[in-house]
Amino acid sequence: MSENAVLPGAGLASASAQAGAHPWRWSPPRDTWLIRLFDHRGFLAALCLFPAVALLLVFLTYPLGLGMWLAFTDTRIGRSGVFIGLENFESLWHDRIFWLSVTNTLLYTGVATVGKFGLGLWLALLLNDRIPFKSLIRAIVLVPWIVPTVLSAIAFWWIYDPQFSIISFMLRGAGLIDGNIDFLGTPWAARFSLIAANIWRGIPFVAISLLAGLQTISPSLYEAAMLDGATPWQRFIHVTLPMLMPVLSVVLTFSVLFTFTDFQLVYAITRGGPVNSTHLMATLAFQRGIPGGQLGEGAAIAVAMIPFLVAATLISYFGLARRKWQQGESND
Amino acid sequence: MTEAKERQGALSWDSIPRRVVTVYVPLVLFIVVLLFPFYWMAVTTFKPNNELYNYKDFNPFWVHSPTLQNVKKLLWDTDYPQWLLTTMGIATAATAISIAASVLAAYAIQRLRFRGSNWVGLSIYLAYLVPPSILFIPLAAMVFKLGLFDSPMALILTYPTFLIPFCTWLLIGYFKSIPYELEECALIDGATRLQILRRITLPLAVPGLISAGIFAFTLSWNEFIYALAFIQSSEKKTVPVAVLTQLVQGDDYQWGALMAGALFGSIPVALLYSFFVEYYVSSLTGAVKE
Repeated sequence: MSENAVLPGAGLASASAQAGAHPWRWSPPRDTWLIRLFDHRGFLAALCLFPAVALLLVFLTYPLGLGMWLAFTDTRIGRSGVFIGLENFESLWHDRIFWLSVTNTLLYTGVATVGKFGLGLWLALLLNDRIPFKSLIRAIVLVPWIVPTVLSAIAFWWIYDPQFSIISFMLRGAGLIDGNIDFLGTPWAARFSLIAANIWRGIPFVAISLLAGLQTISPSLYEAAMLDGATPWQRFIHVTLPMLMPVLSVVLTFSVLFTFTDFQLVYAITRGGPVNSTHLMATLAFQRGIPGGQLGEGAAIAVAMIPFLVAATLISYFGLARRKWQQGESND
Repeated sequence: MTEAKERQGALSWDSIPRRVVTVYVPLVLFIVVLLFPFYWMAVTTFKPNNELYNYKDFNPFWVHSPTLQNVKKLLWDTDYPQWLLTTMGIATAATAISIAASVLAAYAIQRLRFRGSNWVGLSIYLAYLVPPSILFIPLAAMVFKLGLFDSPMALILTYPTFLIPFCTWLLIGYFKSIPYELEECALIDGATRLQILRRITLPLAVPGLISAGIFAFTLSWNEFIYALAFIQSSEKKTVPVAVLTQLVQGDDYQWGALMAGALFGSIPVALLYSFFVEYYVSSLTGAVKE
């Protein structure tokens, strides 16, 4: 920018104005080349960016590329592999456990996302109402999101205990079931138990983010809608939802991305069991790659997640963040 | 009182009983469900074994004769204090590195506004979208090659990959809220850009730095997959990994000690969070609005 060129002069001018009081003692400060170099915008920008960019290039961009390369090799832990083409993907293509993990991941992401957003939006609407102790409640609601996921997963593990499950105890007490539910013992029960735990953990983030979006909606819009005789449901569909779309699309993108690549909950609660029936792609990649030592095959599973991730991100972001909605125009 | 309330909320024409059903009951249910696992964790921690496995004679929702037996077992019979120290050390180091790198990067992107600064900003933001689940295998290969396997350095160097994008993003937003005029004044008075950063921008950004620091600390405290993949020896594990892998031996689950481990691993983060909850909520919502 042009102001930059003027600045040394401006600095001198103000300095000489200051010096007006003692003109005989003042000599203009001489910038050494070092000071001038550090004041150069381009150099300083490069210097400031260097640590962050270097760390990210070495530990993020490079591994991303390395991961794709590893997927085409037969690398094992402690032994570098050779290029074997599509062999890893071919063996995965015929691998029933891999395909099960793909469908599990899709089911997990789909159901958990719907649950999280339904309940999270509901909670956000409740919190947006006039309620006492609002900030305290807001703080409490975030707790499941703050606490290390693995540690709350361990609590869920205990809640889902086949013998001493507190849920079974309550349902038995209410007379709804006779025996204990085997939450983690059968594939379908285990899948839905995991989804429930994931929804539980995801609600706070969705609710607090959507609450922030709700608070930006001008009350006059609701007043106008009420004057026009809109029912609460119509107000929600025609005012709240369209105005919430920009925030909703960002939060949805994040949520889908991190649910799809979830690892902690499943690893902590079932470790993919019973008999590999609850593996997600991330846990399968870990099991094959690290304890199994087959880095190449693990990398191939991880790489197989990328197309799904890109598709999910594009759909949830561009599907919702359309300009029309962002500008609050009608959709016809 | 009722009248005042109704006037205050001109939007809601609901009666009180109706509000109880539509607002308060669901809200209380949400809070109970969201907090129940922690309550259950705490109750289990202080239960003696005979109560723990006997729901017939003791109401499971309450501790009848609280005991510190499980806590004692956790603190003296396992490496738990060691794990806490390791986790704190790793989280602090990773946070310090990430904040230092992010504050400089955010300053360069938001304030120096060089050619292409928007692109650098966008790519740093995109880096946050790369999930650890697809990075841990190549990173494990790198960690092995660099000889960092089973060393805390492996975690200190890899945690910034998700901390830096996040903190940079937060701090760019924070720098935007600091009036640029302050820096212009300093430039006119002849300050160098480094002096401006040190004397003007950084002091003004302290609240943003604190919130980014808390975020970074809790994120590295909670990190699991890298810590699970890169660390092997028991005494170097972080709390989340150690509780899961060291406290469960075979099929004999020590639920009391396990819950105590989970409880005390959650408390430092929860405490830190409760002190700074306002920063936390505002930076979270601010980050989403960006």
